[in-house]
Amino acid sequence: MKRTLVILLRNPLSLIGVILVALVVLSAIFADFIAPFPEHRGSVVDFVNFNKAPNATNIMGTDLVGRDLFSRIIYAFRISLVLGVVVLAIATPIGTLVGLFAGYVGGKTEFILMRLTDVFLSIPPLVLAIAMMGVLEPTLMNAMLAVTAMWWPWYARLVYNIARSEREEGYVLAAEVIGASTPHIALREILPNCLPAILTKMTLDMGFVIIIASSLSFLGLGVQPPTPDLGSMVAEGARYLPDSWWLTVFPGLAILIAVFGFNLVGDALREILGADQ
Amino acid sequence: MTPLLSLKNVSKTFGHGDHIVQAVRDVSFDVMPGECLAVVGESGSGKTTLANMILGVFGQSSGELWFDGKPLPTRRTLEHRSAIQLVQQNPLSSLNPKRSVGASVRLGLDVYGIGSPSDRWSLVEAALEEVGLPRDFRKRPPAALSGGQRQRVAIARALACQSRLVVLDEPTSALDVLVQARVLRLLNDLRAAKGLSYVFITHDLSVVRNVADRVAVFKSGQLVECAETGAIFENPREDYTRQLIGAVPVVTREEIELRNTLATEGQT
Repeated sequence: MKRTLVILLRNPLSLIGVILVALVVLSAIFADFIAPFPEHRGSVVDFVNFNKAPNATNIMGTDLVGRDLFSRIIYAFRISLVLGVVVLAIATPIGTLVGLFAGYVGGKTEFILMRLTDVFLSIPPLVLAIAMMGVLEPTLMNAMLAVTAMWWPWYARLVYNIARSEREEGYVLAAEVIGASTPHIALREILPNCLPAILTKMTLDMGFVIIIASSLSFLGLGVQPPTPDLGSMVAEGARYLPDSWWLTVFPGLAILIAVFGFNLVGDALREILGADQ
Repeated sequence: MTPLLSLKNVSKTFGHGDHIVQAVRDVSFDVMPGECLAVVGESGSGKTTLANMILGVFGQSSGELWFDGKPLPTRRTLEHRSAIQLVQQNPLSSLNPKRSVGASVRLGLDVYGIGSPSDRWSLVEAALEEVGLPRDFRKRPPAALSGGQRQRVAIARALACQSRLVVLDEPTSALDVLVQARVLRLLNDLRAAKGLSYVFITHDLSVVRNVADRVAVFKSGQLVECAETGAIFENPREDYTRQLIGAVPVVTREEIELRNTLATEGQT
């Protein structure tokens, strides 16, 4: 605990990361209290105030139908975070189990699981997601599904490599000689030694999932209006650049803050957990 | 008396086609109950392959292993596994760094169903006490222990399984001289107290002299000489054995005295 604080305080970037992530997470959780116009997250039309530049009432301006951008960005954080958490909550266990058993059991299991992983890894992630979204209806649910499908192989790869080197450790031989079961050795002996790397990757990936999800909705394949989403807000505003700059600049900055924050925290976590040792 | 462990013409080859390596070649020997048999030889002489076959990590290519008067199958039953245990060379890697020392010792108890689940922690503590560690070490991570203490934990893990034969794969070569002497002393005491048999694999002949009843000398997978410890040192029959004995580094008189004092005074 003390070491954690020392690492955080010694490196100003880690501290900035923690502050940014806290900012994003807290505003997502308390969106209802922070947003000046909570009702603007839905399909509200206020033509009197449409497309206004930042001012005292709407600090980030209003969009093309008069909704407060600041309020919508805060609610968009909520969507992005939920998406990130759900995607990682599904992709991480799948990838971890695949990598763990492929790496420990070896032989045919390893061959089948890792070639399957390679197939997924060989398809450019965004292309795979676009293909899936082309078949499925573009909803939040399906966006999560598409991103999950392209995310788990990275965890399989990561855990596979760790498990392969841990397999050679004496404690694994000791458990095998005792006669412990394969699930016991994989889950109770090897998995704990993979956790620091997995946790670090999860934090780094929160940022990347937010970017990918934003890219999908930028292309109109992700979260659909009127639900606020950072990617679709940038896409809508892009047509009105440079005159209505606030329509793209603020959602863009919001993406930057979230991604940058999670990346910095991920780096700090790597140091704290000693995952790179 | 029936030998506890018996190897009859055991061979092991690895690889296939042109890349065949004969790691162990037509080896036969017995280990009596309560006996410590040292297996010595240079690196690559097949010592570890032999250990792995005794432990059932892999099967032999030909020949037979017998345990306590019955054939020992490659697919071991839990009884066989609990009876034959292992202490490895490197105590840094033989204990899982992410699990407590107690959890590592307890694993065998859980697998073999020794004691009721609620009693197992006290059995673990008793095993730690037996190897000279305090009971509260159970909750510590291996990183909080010294090399010698970790090796004691590894010994406790082997003993907690109610083993009868322990394969000691260079158990002291990763430890410094002082700690070595204490661990050897502990192993000797435990063997006497529990009637254990040891297969003591080592390349350090000075260690052999202190612990072994008999010595089996290996060279390129073959058993070249097997005799009482005294006979091996005083009257080696094979050239190779003579070379091995000649290769023992000369130790200072202080060091010999220190070892002898430790061994006789019973300091742990």
